[in-house]
Amino acid sequence: MTTGVDLGHPQAQAIQSDEDVVRVRQLVRTVAVASKLSLVDQTKLVTAASELARNTLVYGGGGTAEVAAVDNGRRRGVRILFADDGPGIADLDLALTDGYTTGGGLGLGLSGARRLVDDFTIDTGPGRGTRITVTKWSR
Amino acid sequence: MALRAEESSRLAGLLSEHRERVTHRWVELVANSLRGRLSQAELRRQVEDLHRGMIEAAQGGALDLESEAAGELRAVLAELSRGRARQGFTATETAVSVYALKDALLELMETEADADTLRDYVAFSSFVDQMGLFTFESFVRTRESLIADQAEQLLELSTPVVKIWEGVVAVPLVGTLDSARAQVVMERLLQTLVDTGSPYAIIDITGVPAVDTQVAQHILKTVVAARLMGADCIISGIRPQIAQTIVALGIEFGDIATKASLADALRHVLRLTGVTTSRRQSRRES
Repeated sequence: MTTGVDLGHPQAQAIQSDEDVVRVRQLVRTVAVASKLSLVDQTKLVTAASELARNTLVYGGGGTAEVAAVDNGRRRGVRILFADDGPGIADLDLALTDGYTTGGGLGLGLSGARRLVDDFTIDTGPGRGTRITVTKWSR
Repeated sequence: MALRAEESSRLAGLLSEHRERVTHRWVELVANSLRGRLSQAELRRQVEDLHRGMIEAAQGGALDLESEAAGELRAVLAELSRGRARQGFTATETAVSVYALKDALLELMETEADADTLRDYVAFSSFVDQMGLFTFESFVRTRESLIADQAEQLLELSTPVVKIWEGVVAVPLVGTLDSARAQVVMERLLQTLVDTGSPYAIIDITGVPAVDTQVAQHILKTVVAARLMGADCIISGIRPQIAQTIVALGIEFGDIATKASLADALRHVLRLTGVTTSRRQSRRES
């Protein structure tokens, strides 16, 4: 679903602590600025990355984020892949419901992140970890 | 590589026999590398401590740095590294203080250039290497604890609660609002509300780069806690991009008053409290 050619090497960041979530955020912001995303889009993408990185840490038990600048011929964008080897999500529809949480949060992270980006793909299942790819295109 | 028992005792013998010469040369070498940033007397004391520690370890039959007999030596090394780290020396400058012993030993032993002496030197040298690595580790540990201390100080620094009007306090949040900081902010705010008896608090998030669900949750909890104490909270400094992000995320601030700027928030509170402000020169219209 996510198309586009990678521009340069994706930059990886391990997610093992709260500080790493901040690093992911900073990395995403740097790439988003370089890809000429508008301030609103930058903020949306950074916020989505923050949510997903925290999910990777809290529910996935840690993982990695890969941030890449991409180009689909017409527009530039930023693609981020979050991967963990955690327990996976058993009921995806439920997890994507606003207000549903198993961790005491607001229950808006995953569903909110989906609304904040242009492309959102999720590959998960019980016992096989979670891989989420999000892309935000410049306008 | 560990020392063998006879090497260990030979090391002890060598060090105590040539005590003056070894320590003198050792101090000289270290002083060169530190370029006078540490007093000669201090350096001499450290080197003599190390020297004594090594002799005790070797006499006690220590075959490597991990052994029990080397406990005293490890303590001296750790003390040295801590001191260096706190005084702002680099890791290299710290390690050189130990490695300089190798040169001092070499100068002592190269006069008798036979195979046995060479083997001894290699064994001694690997023992000194262990000491150097230990120094390095202690150094890094000290630095890490220094950084942790500073992070804590920063936490304290970055969350002032200021009184901006009679009965109105403001918390300008700057930077990332993680759980630890949110906790500090909440405690400070609640305490200030009690101390000043203020019925209004303004939380200004102009300096928060991104408001995600965690940040929002922390803010909401702070507001609820303040309400329980009878104070009303206003959230200000919501920039356009933050507003759009909050809407897309689906975060509800409910009946909490939110304003674009701190000035708006203050004006809002003043209106609520019935304070009227006017310009000195009356405006033409109205």
